[in-house]
Amino acid sequence: MKKIYILLPAFVLLLNAAPLFAQDGDLLSLLDDEETTDYTTATFKTTRIVNGHSVENVGEGVLDFKISHRFAPLRNGIYDMIGLDDATIRLGLDYGITDRLMVGLGRNSLEKIVDGFAKYKILRQSTGKRSIPLTISYMAGMEIKTVNFKDPERDNKFSDRLYFAHQVLIGRKFSERLSFQVMPTLVHRNLTTTPDDKNDVFSIGAAGRIKLSRRITINGEYYFVPDGQVATPYANCLAIGFEIETGGHVFQLHFTNSPYMNYTGFITQTTEDWFFENSEGKMMSGVRFGFNISRVFTLKKPKGLE
Amino acid sequence: MQKRLFILAALFLLAAPMFAQKYFTRDGKVKFFSDASMEKIEAVNKSATAVLDAATGKMEWKVLIKGFLFEKALMQEHFNENYLESSKYPNATFKGEITNLKEVNLGKDGSYTAKVKGRMNIHGVEKDVETTGTVKVSGGAIAIHSGFPVKCSDYNIRIEAAKVSNISNEIKVTVDATLNPMK
Repeated sequence: MKKIYILLPAFVLLLNAAPLFAQDGDLLSLLDDEETTDYTTATFKTTRIVNGHSVENVGEGVLDFKISHRFAPLRNGIYDMIGLDDATIRLGLDYGITDRLMVGLGRNSLEKIVDGFAKYKILRQSTGKRSIPLTISYMAGMEIKTVNFKDPERDNKFSDRLYFAHQVLIGRKFSERLSFQVMPTLVHRNLTTTPDDKNDVFSIGAAGRIKLSRRITINGEYYFVPDGQVATPYANCLAIGFEIETGGHVFQLHFTNSPYMNYTGFITQTTEDWFFENSEGKMMSGVRFGFNISRVFTLKKPKGLE
Repeated sequence: MQKRLFILAALFLLAAPMFAQKYFTRDGKVKFFSDASMEKIEAVNKSATAVLDAATGKMEWKVLIKGFLFEKALMQEHFNENYLESSKYPNATFKGEITNLKEVNLGKDGSYTAKVKGRMNIHGVEKDVETTGTVKVSGGAIAIHSGFPVKCSDYNIRIEAAKVSNISNEIKVTVDATLNPMK
């Protein structure tokens, strides 16, 4: 009987010492790992592919100043400095109200168009606790064509100056290098060029990027407009270019067949294809050089940073 | 005799878990600071996890790279995308121990200087590191503060020539955490 009492403390000691021996394992595994959601970032480098939007937003409190130019077609060669003598310009300001909602304003030299938009990120691609394969955004835009009416005799109303664009952007970052998105787009024109033109023009866009290095990507964008909506001759807009990112700047240098940078413009008013036959049967090219420069300014420090 | 043994047994029962006590945190603060000639960059992560075994002085830390908050959203993006490659290497970890546990009495209130040695893993590269920190024990909680430099080049974090004046190769890291007893 006495033996038991002597053994008991030794046994208790052993029991308590057991965790000591078990300590060689992972200490952190003692905490139940709370699974977190890992949101995919940087699907595209900036909020535009070339002319149209990407699924990206600017961060909360970030102001993005954009300067964009589209030059005349390259085809005139050295006579007009491969098109650089003529330029259409857009100056724009974008601002992130939250990380998911951004708004922007711009002024286009072509047709003196003022454009505004709001873009909201509905779904964010993520892995982990909450796994979503796609990023989905919605963009709503409005354009005011402030250029003088072609026919001043007509009963022109202010509403005749208005154009609208609605776009759903569905994107996925497939890997660090490859991102892709499709964009069903609806453009509404209050006033059309001819009575045969539809007020609503539906188009579908596709865009992608391949990252060549950590600062350079190649990116492209194509908008397809099904027949029977635009009566005047038009061409689908295709743009291919490079993006070079240097700290706070993103330089986008590209080739496109549209001088327009507003939705109604590049979707319904682009007239020359990349390669086309003119009325005399001669092969021509509508390719022009263009660039977008984006410079961001952080106006508001994020929460939780002292 | 029997009574005495019972008391002894009870003492062991009580004392042993105290020695084996583990401390943990889920909201440790890790800050880093880059002081280059052109630009100063600061970032903070307030959700570092750590477990410290008071009996052996062993400790483990884990920091989610994507959890670092920067002043500028774009900096944060570049930090994750271009430098730390956080989708490939999501965490930074440290696994080590207090080497002067004799001088650091984790069971008694007070302030101690602890020497720490172990292996740090950042950007998928593991390195032996050594540093010192202050350990404050009060009311059953252990507050840890430490500061040490981390060289980007040691961890295969490449800063291109054009960014050398914006990003320092030597990053100052500070750690502040209060560890509480587990359960």
